Amino acid sequence: MTPSKQRWDDTRVENIIGNLLRLGVSMAAFLVVTGGVLYLWRHGGARVSFQVFHGEPAEYRSVSGVLHGLHSLRGRSLIQAGLLVLIATPMARVAFSVWAFAREGDRVYVVITLIVLGVLLYSLV
Amino acid sequence: MNVLEFTLVVVSVSALAGFLGALTGLGGGVVITPVLTLVLGVDIRYAIGATLVSVIATSSGAAAAYVKEGFSNIRIGMFLEVATTIGALCGAFLATRIPSSALAVIFGVVLLYSAIVSSRPRRERLENVPSDPLAERLRLKGTFPTSGGLRNYRVTGVKAGFSLMFMAGTLSGLLGIGSGALKVIAMDQVMRIPFKVSTATSNFMIGVTAAASAGVYLSRGYIDPGLAMPVMLGVLGGSLLGARHLMGARTRVLRLVFGAVVGLLALEMIYSGIAGKI
Repeated sequence: MTPSKQRWDDTRVENIIGNLLRLGVSMAAFLVVTGGVLYLWRHGGARVSFQVFHGEPAEYRSVSGVLHGLHSLRGRSLIQAGLLVLIATPMARVAFSVWAFAREGDRVYVVITLIVLGVLLYSLV
Repeated sequence: MNVLEFTLVVVSVSALAGFLGALTGLGGGVVITPVLTLVLGVDIRYAIGATLVSVIATSSGAAAAYVKEGFSNIRIGMFLEVATTIGALCGAFLATRIPSSALAVIFGVVLLYSAIVSSRPRRERLENVPSDPLAERLRLKGTFPTSGGLRNYRVTGVKAGFSLMFMAGTLSGLLGIGSGALKVIAMDQVMRIPFKVSTATSNFMIGVTAAASAGVYLSRGYIDPGLAMPVMLGVLGGSLLGARHLMGARTRVLRLVFGAVVGLLALEMIYSGIAGKI
């Protein structure tokens, strides 16, 4: 591969990554705003209780819990879904990089990127 | 205070922190946790969880702009992310084990340190670095745009930089911060990567590092939707606005003032931690 071709490829990969990140953050923000409005609409008058740590209930603690809560259109489940999209955004970037390095035939970096992806996925389960 | 009032206060504080954090380059996340815990009395674990989420948002937003400018180096970032993500997992697990007063003290010390580091003037050293054999193998080199066209750079101190990145990751996972200051030091001082490339690549890495610990925080119940919502939206909005005003803004005085505020918050965190108030 000629250097100029590689540079072009890198630039294109960087552009796609840039757009991917922007899309992820926008989607997350949209979900969080929507969920926030619903939450404030229903619970705006309640008392705050962040002073004492008691841990979140199961429905806000796991991917399956959040997805389950979405069925009942709870504001807080929507917020949590937005936060999951946000957490997934860098993961999607890493997953995309695996593909991009593979296309360049860069085996060392495919392995490095797969390690990072593995750590990220491990954190969610 | 009811939920609506509390949300409005947190959104405003977070937006201001995000705005100043973007202007000064210190990051907005670092001041949110002290303000939430010291001023609003939020438990430090909830504060850390909410801040971490906002770190992912601002880092991804800023990284999107940086990659297009061609400063960040994807290979260097990806290689070092092995260290930061594993470190972040360790840090997040550690955070669930140590008492919150100890967390407050460590947070204060790290905060103080990053305030001092980022108030120092930064200059770009353009020098030829003897390349490290490991760096050659990993193809850690690149070019970046300068006023005189593209400039080449090489990388050294790969092992030391990698170890420091593990530490940066651990602190990020432990305290829910981006630990950008430490990442930039590892790249700029130890690996001798040009400053602009270090900053951009660090920003690029922060989101991935934070995502690793966010998973652990979520499953441990540290991320409360009611608190994370105003923090994330406020910081994101504020930092986008700050980044837009970055060009032409006179940031020197602002950086000193913001640095002083951060320093005071840091001391207060350390004091409250030692006094057992957190």
